[in-house]
Amino acid sequence: MTTQIKLPVDQQTVEAFSQRNGEPNWLSSLRLDALAKAVDLPLPKPDKTKIAKWNFTQFANHTVDSTAYGSLEELPESIKSLIDVEKQGNLYIQRNNTPALLTLSEDLKAQGVIFTDILTAAKEHPELVEKYFMTDAVKVDEHKLTALHAALVNGGAFLYVPKNVEIAEPIQAVYVHDHPGAALFNHVLVVADDNSSVTYVESYLATDDVKESVVNIVSEVIAKQNARVVYGAVDNLSAGTTTYVNRRGIAGRDSRIDWALGMMNDGDTISENTTKLIGDNSFGDTKMVVVGRGNQKQNFTTNITHWGKNSEGYILKHGVMKDAASSIFNGIGKIEHGATKANAEQESRVLMLSEKARGDANPILLIDEDDVTAGHAASVGRVDPMQLFYLMSRGISQHEAERLVIHGFLAPVVSKLPIEGVRRQLSEVIERKVQ
Amino acid sequence: MASTLIIKDLHVEIEGKEILKGVNLELDSGKIHVIMGPNGTGKSTLASAIMGHPKFDITKGEVLLNGENVLEMEVDERAQAGLFLAMQYPSEITGVTNADFLRSAINSRREEGQEISLMKFIKELDKNMEFLEMDLNMAQRYLNEGFSGGEKKRNEILQLMMIKPDFGILDEIDSGLDIDALKVVSKGINQMRGEDFGCLIITHYQRLLNYITPDAVHVMMQGRVVKSGGPELAHRLEAEGYDWIKQELGIEDETVGQEA
Repeated sequence: MTTQIKLPVDQQTVEAFSQRNGEPNWLSSLRLDALAKAVDLPLPKPDKTKIAKWNFTQFANHTVDSTAYGSLEELPESIKSLIDVEKQGNLYIQRNNTPALLTLSEDLKAQGVIFTDILTAAKEHPELVEKYFMTDAVKVDEHKLTALHAALVNGGAFLYVPKNVEIAEPIQAVYVHDHPGAALFNHVLVVADDNSSVTYVESYLATDDVKESVVNIVSEVIAKQNARVVYGAVDNLSAGTTTYVNRRGIAGRDSRIDWALGMMNDGDTISENTTKLIGDNSFGDTKMVVVGRGNQKQNFTTNITHWGKNSEGYILKHGVMKDAASSIFNGIGKIEHGATKANAEQESRVLMLSEKARGDANPILLIDEDDVTAGHAASVGRVDPMQLFYLMSRGISQHEAERLVIHGFLAPVVSKLPIEGVRRQLSEVIERKVQ
Repeated sequence: MASTLIIKDLHVEIEGKEILKGVNLELDSGKIHVIMGPNGTGKSTLASAIMGHPKFDITKGEVLLNGENVLEMEVDERAQAGLFLAMQYPSEITGVTNADFLRSAINSRREEGQEISLMKFIKELDKNMEFLEMDLNMAQRYLNEGFSGGEKKRNEILQLMMIKPDFGILDEIDSGLDIDALKVVSKGINQMRGEDFGCLIITHYQRLLNYITPDAVHVMMQGRVVKSGGPELAHRLEAEGYDWIKQELGIEDETVGQEA
C-alpha cells in the first residue's frame, strides 16, 4: 500500500513523551526508528478481511493522565468483582495510560520475580526488556501497526520469572479504558526463564464513555527451556474502539504455552495469536471464544508454527455470531521441515444466531515434513433444532434452551480461564452479549 | 390426580408424506400401555408428534391432555402440562451438566419462588442414580456427551424419575440394551408405576414385557392402531409374530413406506 496516512503524532511528540518518561536511549531511538517506518509500511493483511478503511491510526490524544487508585478499596466495583480483594494478590491495574495500582508479594520479590508497568521496567530492568522487547516474538517492522505500536507504546506490563521459580497463584492485570479520548498502545511482555512456571491473566475493560478510539495491543510471551506459561485474557473494549491485538509466544525446548482468550470486544477487531514452537517437545495450546454482535467486523487468525521435533499444537476456537456481526476465523497449523513427529490439530466452530450474521472458519494446514500428524475440523451452523427440541421437551423454554446451548458451546474455553473472577466476568459478558 | 391422554384421529406428515393415518388411542394415568408393531409402521412418529417434534406436520386430529389440546402448545408447554418423551436418540449437549439440566427441567414446572432446594435436589438425584445403578459422577458430566447407548437410556429414565410427569412416552427405551441394562431400565419404569402416572411404551421387542407387565397392548400397522388387547396379545405376538394379524385384517404391506 502506498497511500500515505498522516499520523496524529510527529517525531517531536514521541521524543518529548520518551524524555518525559526518562526512558533509556535504546527505547527512544527504537521509538523514533519505528515511527519513521510506520509512515511507509503497509497495514497487515488479515486473510479474508479488508481493513484498508479501518481507523487504526487516527486518535485524539497519544496519552492521557488518569487518576491512580490509592488502594484496593478505592477500586470501582467493575474491577473489584474481577479480583480477590481479601487476598493480597499480585496485581497490576492500569487506567488508560496511567499505572494505577501495583501489588506484588514480598515472597515473589525475594525470589527475583519482576512485575511492573512496561515503561518502568524499561528503565529499571533495561537488560531484560531491551533483550526481549519486539526482538524475537513480534518484530517492529512487520507492518504499519507493529511499527506504530513500537513508536507509541504508552502502557502495559512486564513480568519476569527467574529460573526454577514456580508461581502457584495467578498474576493478574486489569486495563481500564474509561477516558473518551485515550488511545491505548499496550505492550505486555512475559518472560519465563528456564524451568519456571507462571499464570498471567489480563482483563481489558471499557466504559461506555469511550465512543471512538484506537487500541493497539502487542503481547509477547517468551517461554524458555522447560518453562510453563498459562496466559488468560478477556478483551471487552467498547463498540467505538478499533482494536489491533497481537499475542505471540515463543516456546523453547520442553516448554509449554497455553492461551485462554475471551474475545468480547464490541468494536471492529483484528486479532492475531501465534505460538512459535521453536524447541523440541514444546507444546502450544490456544483456546478462544468469541461473541460478535451489532455490526462489528472481526478477524481472528490463530497460528501455531512447529520447528521443534515432537512439538504439539492445538487450536480450539468457538464463536457465536448474532445481529449483523461478521467474523473470520483463520486457523493455521504450520509444520516446518525437520519438525519430525510434530502434531498439529485444530478445530473451529461457529454458531450463527441470526440470518444477517456471518461467520467463516478457514482451517489451513501447511506441512513441509513427512513424519508428522495433523488434523482439522471446522463447522459453521445454527443452533441444532434437535437440541432445542430435546431441552424444551423437558419443560425448558426456547429462550432458556438457546441460552444453555450457547453457554455450553462456549464452556470448553470459559472453563479454562484460571482466575474465578475473570471466568465469572467472561460468563457475565457472554450472558449480556447473547441476550 | 387422575389424568387422561386422548389421541383422536391423528394424521401426521413428514415432508409431504403421510405417516400417521388416523391414530386413535385413550390412555389413563395409573396404566401402562404398550404399542408394538414391526419397523416402519409409524410408532416413533406417534411418540414424536405428541411431543411436538419440529420435523412433523400434524394435518388432522387432536391430542387432548385432560381435555386440553396439546397440539396447540409449544414443546416446553407440553412438558409443563405433564408430558414427557424419552427419546430414542437423546441429543448430546456440551457444556451443560446433567445435574444443572435436570434442575432447570424440574424448576421449569414450578412457580417462581417454589424452586426445588439444592439439598433436596441432590438427595433425590443421588437416590435415583443409585437406584438406576449409575455412576454418581455422571451428574457432573455434560448432558449425554460421550454416554454409551445404554447410559443414554438410563439417563432418560433418570430424567423421568426426577421430573415425575403425568404421562411418560418411552420411545424404544429398550433398543440397544443388554440384559442387565434392560432390567435396570424396567426397574425404573416399574418404580414410576402408580395412580398418578400413565405410560406409553413403544417397542418392537416383546422381551421388555418380561420385566414390565402392561395393562394394555396395541399394535400399529400402516400408520394406525389396528389391534388392541391385554398382556395376552403381547404373548401371542411373541409366539406367532405379526402375520396372523395381517391375515386377519387383509394387510399385505404393514409399513407406511418409511421408517421414521
